[in-house]
Amino acid sequence: MKLSVWTYEGPPHVGAMRVATGMTGLHYVLHAPQGDTYADLLFTMIERRNHRPPVSYTTFQARDLGSDTATLFKDAARDAYERFQPQAMIVGASCTAELIQDDPGGLTEALNLPIPVIPLELPSYQRKENFGCDETFFQIVRALALPMERTPEITCNLIGPTALGFRHRDDVEELTRLLSDIGISVNVVAPMGSTPADIARTGAAHFNVLMYPETAEAAARWCERELGQPFTKVVPIGVGATRDFLAEIATITGLPCKADESRLRLPWYSASVDSTYLTGKRVFIFGDGTHVAAAARIARDEMGFEVTGLGCYNREMARPIRALAKDFGVDALITEDYLEVEDAIRELQPEMILGTQMERHIGKRLGVPCAVISAPVHVQDFPARYSPQMGFEGANVIFDTWVHPLVMGLEEHLLHMFRSDFEFHDDAGASHHGGAATARVEDGGPAPQTPRSLPAEMKEEAQVIWLDDAERELRKIPFFVRGKARRNTESFAARQGVSEISVDTLYEAKAHYAR
Amino acid sequence: MTVQPTPPPQGGCRNAPVLKERGQREVFCGLTGIIWLHRKMQDAFFLVVGSRTCAHLLQSAAGVMIFAEPRFGTAILEEGDLAGLKDANQELDREVARLLERRPDIRQLFLVGSCPSEVIKLDLSRAAERLSQTHAPRVRVLNYSGSGIETTFTEGEDACLCSMVPVLPKTDARELLLVGALPDVVEDQMVGLLEAMGIGPIRLLPARKIDDETAVGPNTVFALTQPFLGETAAALTGRGATHIAAPFPFGEEGTTAWLSAIASEFGVDAETFAAVTDAPRARARKAIAQASEGLNGKSVFFFPDSQLEIPLARFLTRECGMTALEVASPYINHALHGPDLDLLPAGPQIAEGQDVEKQLDRARAARADLTVCGLGLANPLEAEGLTTKWAIELVFTPVHFYEQAGDLAGLFSRPLRRRGLLKLEAAE
Repeated sequence: MKLSVWTYEGPPHVGAMRVATGMTGLHYVLHAPQGDTYADLLFTMIERRNHRPPVSYTTFQARDLGSDTATLFKDAARDAYERFQPQAMIVGASCTAELIQDDPGGLTEALNLPIPVIPLELPSYQRKENFGCDETFFQIVRALALPMERTPEITCNLIGPTALGFRHRDDVEELTRLLSDIGISVNVVAPMGSTPADIARTGAAHFNVLMYPETAEAAARWCERELGQPFTKVVPIGVGATRDFLAEIATITGLPCKADESRLRLPWYSASVDSTYLTGKRVFIFGDGTHVAAAARIARDEMGFEVTGLGCYNREMARPIRALAKDFGVDALITEDYLEVEDAIRELQPEMILGTQMERHIGKRLGVPCAVISAPVHVQDFPARYSPQMGFEGANVIFDTWVHPLVMGLEEHLLHMFRSDFEFHDDAGASHHGGAATARVEDGGPAPQTPRSLPAEMKEEAQVIWLDDAERELRKIPFFVRGKARRNTESFAARQGVSEISVDTLYEAKAHYAR
Repeated sequence: MTVQPTPPPQGGCRNAPVLKERGQREVFCGLTGIIWLHRKMQDAFFLVVGSRTCAHLLQSAAGVMIFAEPRFGTAILEEGDLAGLKDANQELDREVARLLERRPDIRQLFLVGSCPSEVIKLDLSRAAERLSQTHAPRVRVLNYSGSGIETTFTEGEDACLCSMVPVLPKTDARELLLVGALPDVVEDQMVGLLEAMGIGPIRLLPARKIDDETAVGPNTVFALTQPFLGETAAALTGRGATHIAAPFPFGEEGTTAWLSAIASEFGVDAETFAAVTDAPRARARKAIAQASEGLNGKSVFFFPDSQLEIPLARFLTRECGMTALEVASPYINHALHGPDLDLLPAGPQIAEGQDVEKQLDRARAARADLTVCGLGLANPLEAEGLTTKWAIELVFTPVHFYEQAGDLAGLFSRPLRRRGLLKLEAAE
């Protein structure tokens, strides 16, 4: 038993729903009690879908438990077939139905429906949403995909995008365009946008582009083994990764794979002088493993940030994320408990968080700006405009998205110069974020957004006290670097064995960390 | 004194045939009530003993997450708890101890049963007894089931309040007990109106804090503010209290009828009643008239959601000039819904329960001007050209009594007004 308040991932049957909802011509019959239909609103409200998910719920109640829930399931499956006439059906149980062990697969088989019926075994008490996506898609591919002759021209499948995925809609479009640039057309995109009939012809492609390992790696491995289709290992998020991805495809296909980079703006934007202020910005990265790995590389190599900590919530990616963290010289945080993530952020005092909607809330609480890089996301992260993460346009989008929460370069200087100005003071926040200006509090009050407690690892060693003068001096430092200054000074003092921080200590620390 | 609303000339719906359906239900389970109950009872924590699905439901239903650490959480059952490898009760005790240590402000803890905890027959009432002993006197531990196999959406509040009835202190005083969780501002208005008539003492269930003076006994009379509190009403009756049946306090007419039923129980004279209610009644009528302009002559179709459907249909038909085509409720309880059914003009199909696919067929055929439905159905129906109102907003928004009557009409008229405002076609 584990106490949980907010979760990063839903149960595995929600993963199966993400696969089914992305597809057409497929229906999901889910043995589930009344109330599990809440999951429909994830798709109709958060993603603003204009169709109900293709899911029939048996809706059993307490009085059915003593009698015949199996008949209820069979009736629901038969009704769903007759009403929706799908090309194929997936059947399974949610967490409660798993306990009553009705065997949805066997029950549906007994109906002798004239379509493929794919039973799902999704252990609700061990696994989670991403596993549900991965396993469901794998079972569908395994049941429907056939070995077949390859297309005469070189084609690939894009696999992994699902309903409710972070920017999946636009990533598909961007990759399709990128591949078309290098002379490769897309055979099937799946699960999103495909029908069971499309899945059956995935074998015609020469290779698979595995867009999101979280949702389609099992299927990619099966296709490699059974259909002889290699799959791409590089996820093309960021400039370097996109170029590596093209190089990987060149190796697979023997084509030159030279893409048109005229639309790519991130490198110049990053090099232009206004971006100097991004140098060494301390960022904390958290999300699903794939997006975190991509974000870490972009942050360090393409934005010039300093990665102060990173981690992921999906344990399936723990190993690569630990290796990545080692490469970055930080500890990996592998957890699904957002309180642990919050503690880590509070301790590291980054200047920006790259995270999920959970970290956005954490950032709000701690006064740290946050850009969203990974699911889970809320309604505002399904934008109307085209905003992929993958490919060259994705890199452009990422540059804009990550810079937006920060105070702009020139504005940063002005804040330094005029930090006591009555309206241009630092409590007013970044000028392009709107919101009512806060009047500057004369003579102190607590320094806003400056955590008062010492980082945990230092508490044991030494109690460091800020003298009044030093505290006042610290308050003069603009808010977006104050956390860093406080932390650096305290670390410096602890290391020097100094128990009281004076103005001198503050500036000695500043000199020590100067770069 | 009594101010009785006039029954409809062609008769009401109390004896109308009820279409009873069963099939897929597009409704929330009773756990959802935690979202508003935990805001209402400020010293209470709701601990769901359930699965990852329960936790996911709560955060999805909460919509925008309430990120100030909320006073609810889920103890997620894991493989070991099911296989009996670990003693689930020990695990629960440990989690509760940790929780109460971290939250010293918590005075009442509700252990909330879920579908999986019911199916594996985890005895939460015994757990609550045991934990009450461990953590008394600081914390009182109660339990109820919010599982989907036993409760539909608002029935979760009913189950919660019902679990509090046995532990209410006994009183022999003649008191008015008002039952149902309302936003504080609405509750204050309600109490203010009744006190102005000289009625009192007034007690509330749920009370805002555990130490508030809510008690029950043979001289207690109680009125429900929500139409989904049947079990709680039965439990209160079981402790000797008397129910005042009345239409529910939605709209000017419903509020007046509800207040009047209580006033007559307490012997308030007509003059006093008029002195207290005349001004807010007039305000409410005016506000409704303004807000319901776009509703007059329009038709409405209710999917079942919260059991508010019958009283709301009564309000929309009698005070906003709408015609009801179908009024579906998860459950219909004549003892509670009868007074509203009496007033609802005959005509609409009254339905209980749901087979969502068949009901969608009817809704598409009816093409009402406004379809009231859950969040899972609203956008798909909008995409089919119907105008919808999400039902959950009716539960999460202050809509009771005079001062909110205009807002209530506004909730229904806004979608229609919006549809009229949007001009997305080319101008030609």
